[in-house]
Amino acid sequence: MHELSIAVSMVEAVCEEAERNGAERVSAVYLKLGALSGVVRDALAFSFDVAAAGTLLEGASLEIEDVPVVVFCPRCRAEQPLPDRLDLRCPACGMPTPDVRQGRELEITAIEIHS
Amino acid sequence: MNARIIEVRHGVLRKNDELARALRARFEAAGVFVVNLVSGPGAGKTALLERTLAALRPELRVAALVGDLATENDATRLARSGAPVRQISTGTTCHLEAQMVADALDGWDLDALDVLFIENVGNLVCPASYDLGERLRVVLFSVTEGEDKPLKYPTIFNSADLALVTKTDIAEAVEFERDLAYRNIHAVRPGLPIIETSARQEDGLDAWLGALRQHHGEAAATV
Repeated sequence: MHELSIAVSMVEAVCEEAERNGAERVSAVYLKLGALSGVVRDALAFSFDVAAAGTLLEGASLEIEDVPVVVFCPRCRAEQPLPDRLDLRCPACGMPTPDVRQGRELEITAIEIHS
Repeated sequence: MNARIIEVRHGVLRKNDELARALRARFEAAGVFVVNLVSGPGAGKTALLERTLAALRPELRVAALVGDLATENDATRLARSGAPVRQISTGTTCHLEAQMVADALDGWDLDALDVLFIENVGNLVCPASYDLGERLRVVLFSVTEGEDKPLKYPTIFNSADLALVTKTDIAEAVEFERDLAYRNIHAVRPGLPIIETSARQEDGLDAWLGALRQHHGEAAATV
């Protein structure tokens, strides 16, 4: 359960950004979360509320965009999104590929601030 | 009050990643090859490391950092090899972070080391997200854990450079399905090299030590 550490890092980063922009309050945080990030969505959402308490982010909503795993298939020469179950082979031709192009994201993309 | 949306692109773990990059540069400058050992609890990281430190000591200047939630048992065990060993007590934190490694290195002369092993906290989830500045990440997977572990914990297997299947001396007794385990490892990380070891019987240790020497040599050649 490292989601709490991650939520604390998020809140710190957002607070810095918000203060730089003269915000008094942050009402939403937008996050990209890859299926291969190793972070559990529900645990992160719960931890976020705990970490946000008493900061500029208190009560802010966490808007999570789930990012599926996309691999590059050397045989098809194309990026291919994987179905739910993680099996790193091309869904079109079956070729195994370690070349992950998307799905490791753990990234804040935007924040909504009030000033 | 004005509301507005600000676009940011901020990796949540950016601070750790930046610190890890700085550590990596420091290790490279000092010529230290760093190995991060990750696994679930009880997969045999400490047993493997005991043998590894003892075997490499005559030829390389080796040392270890050992992450543990509470006890110093592992560090005490490893110190018997005669190699310098430091404990990192993480308290309630279930993984090592780059800052903990940086703090633990305080006062250590990196120029006097060739290889530094970092034994991570036993956990198949959290350590995967934290770069420690290592050159090689090795995941241990014991035959008692169940062949589907790679599918349940794909991130840690996917982020590894080498997998060790450990405790092979009891594989038969626990009806370990080798082909299935390999298939599952390669489903989440195609092409990942796998070495089978038994620290108790010292099987496979030569292959493991050979892989370490090879990676160490490659690292030394690229600096």
